Amino acid sequence: MAFDVAAIRAQFPILDPAAHGRPLHYLDNGATAQMPQAVLDAVIRHETRHRANVKRSVHFLAEAATEAYDQARDAMAAYVNAAGADEIVFTSGCTAAINLVAHSFGALLKPGDEVVFSTLEHHSNIVPWHMLAKRAGVVVKAIPVTAEGRLDLAALPKVIGPRCKLVAVTHVSNVTGAETDVAALVAAARAVGAKVLLDGAQRAPHGPIDVAALGVDFYAFSGHKMFGPNGIGVLWGRGELLARMPPFLGGGEMITRVTLEETSFAEPPRRFEAGTPPIAQAVGMAAAARWIESVDQEAAHAHLQKLTARLLDGLDGMKKVRVIGPTGLQARFPVVSFAVEGAHPHDICQMLDEDGVALRGGHHCAQPLMAAFGVTGTTRASLALYNDAGDIDALLAGLDRTIRRLTA
Amino acid sequence: MSDLYQTDLLRMAAAADGAGRLDEPRVSATLDNPLCGDRVTMDIRLDGDRVAALAHETKACVVCQAASAVIARHAGGLTAEALAAELGAVDALLKGEAAGAGHWAELDVFRPVARVKSRHACVRLPFRALEAAFKAAKAS
Repeated sequence: MAFDVAAIRAQFPILDPAAHGRPLHYLDNGATAQMPQAVLDAVIRHETRHRANVKRSVHFLAEAATEAYDQARDAMAAYVNAAGADEIVFTSGCTAAINLVAHSFGALLKPGDEVVFSTLEHHSNIVPWHMLAKRAGVVVKAIPVTAEGRLDLAALPKVIGPRCKLVAVTHVSNVTGAETDVAALVAAARAVGAKVLLDGAQRAPHGPIDVAALGVDFYAFSGHKMFGPNGIGVLWGRGELLARMPPFLGGGEMITRVTLEETSFAEPPRRFEAGTPPIAQAVGMAAAARWIESVDQEAAHAHLQKLTARLLDGLDGMKKVRVIGPTGLQARFPVVSFAVEGAHPHDICQMLDEDGVALRGGHHCAQPLMAAFGVTGTTRASLALYNDAGDIDALLAGLDRTIRRLTA
Repeated sequence: MSDLYQTDLLRMAAAADGAGRLDEPRVSATLDNPLCGDRVTMDIRLDGDRVAALAHETKACVVCQAASAVIARHAGGLTAEALAAELGAVDALLKGEAAGAGHWAELDVFRPVARVKSRHACVRLPFRALEAAFKAAKAS
């Protein structure tokens, strides 16, 4: 069955050009994806019919809110194939999820223990480990990247040593779109008894995840990149690991008992959800997960592969353009970055905005990767399943004009 | 085409007045734009409290390059106080207000940047880098 992109687009009110009085070719999905009507409806329905705090009061609205929040946790557990809903911790986003691990799992580490990340990482998967290193004397090491913008797996034996306790890397690069060979990484980590965290922010929008099959220990991702609301994310962690970890934030609802002298903590996931959680956002994120699951995954994948090929082919034909990342379709997701000789990414993005093409320019919170490629920034097109050939063609046509203007 | 990328601004950036580094003795300051990783290094040599020589290394967008070039055009004899007044004029322009009389005429090319808040820092970065260079000179 052909993928009906027009039917998909029609579900996203913000993509209607009439809403803006100008064209919109939204290709900044790696930063924030748009929300379909089903998600917007779920959030509005919750806020207008079930809004209350959770796990506290006994009135009917509180019961309804608690039920909705629990159902959201169930939905996210199903989305990642968790062993149970108790392995799902709601956070304010992917960054918060990684910071939670850095603090709580990090509290189990000793000075001299090692945490390995990679040159490919978003700053949100680098900075928390630098902070842990300063706080606890943990040593950080980085897996280098290949010229194609992938993890250099040949370097794993050198980087992942006997003192390594955690390998924390991206599942899909937010710059190159490269998909990590998780099996090789897990094997290298397991060989030294280390745990594995995947930053799934760029992978989560592209269909359900199977953490059991991946064989990792932690998986972090955001709602706003997978067609859900802002201010919500998920940390999945193996149950036995979460149970060993101390809390990150203290406050209401994460305790079993508090006296003036001490506190005892609740079991996960409540232990890690101090204070009032982002309830409507969790409901929205769950609605987004269900919406993604309702789409024919195979057809969506084929559609995005076709668009990525169209984009890569178009860029390949342009002088002065260098793709930063894989130029083929193998083991990559629809995130394409490129540098243009003599033209700055922000100037390119600004000029293309005049054509209604929304891109991201800059270092993408990945300055070590930019340094590895010898650039200060790139221009990035990140695709979602509502994008169509017209979006790609608008980008390529506008880019051609922009390059001629900026490099004349 | 965008009024932001008007011909005057592109010409100013391409002219790259003052681009390069000063030989020693010099005082330098380098500032980054955390949004995009752009970097401006300002080198100055002072005669008393006035700029005797200035050069800049601007690894940045054309808006930022143009701002560095404008500063370089007016650098001779510039004081920290005069620079602060010009930055005040820039800030007024970026708020959509009048720059006021007596300021560098070329600043007008940055008026269209007012509507693009994320690019205000591109105009301001070279001014802030030169401010930092003046401070470094005073401290030394």
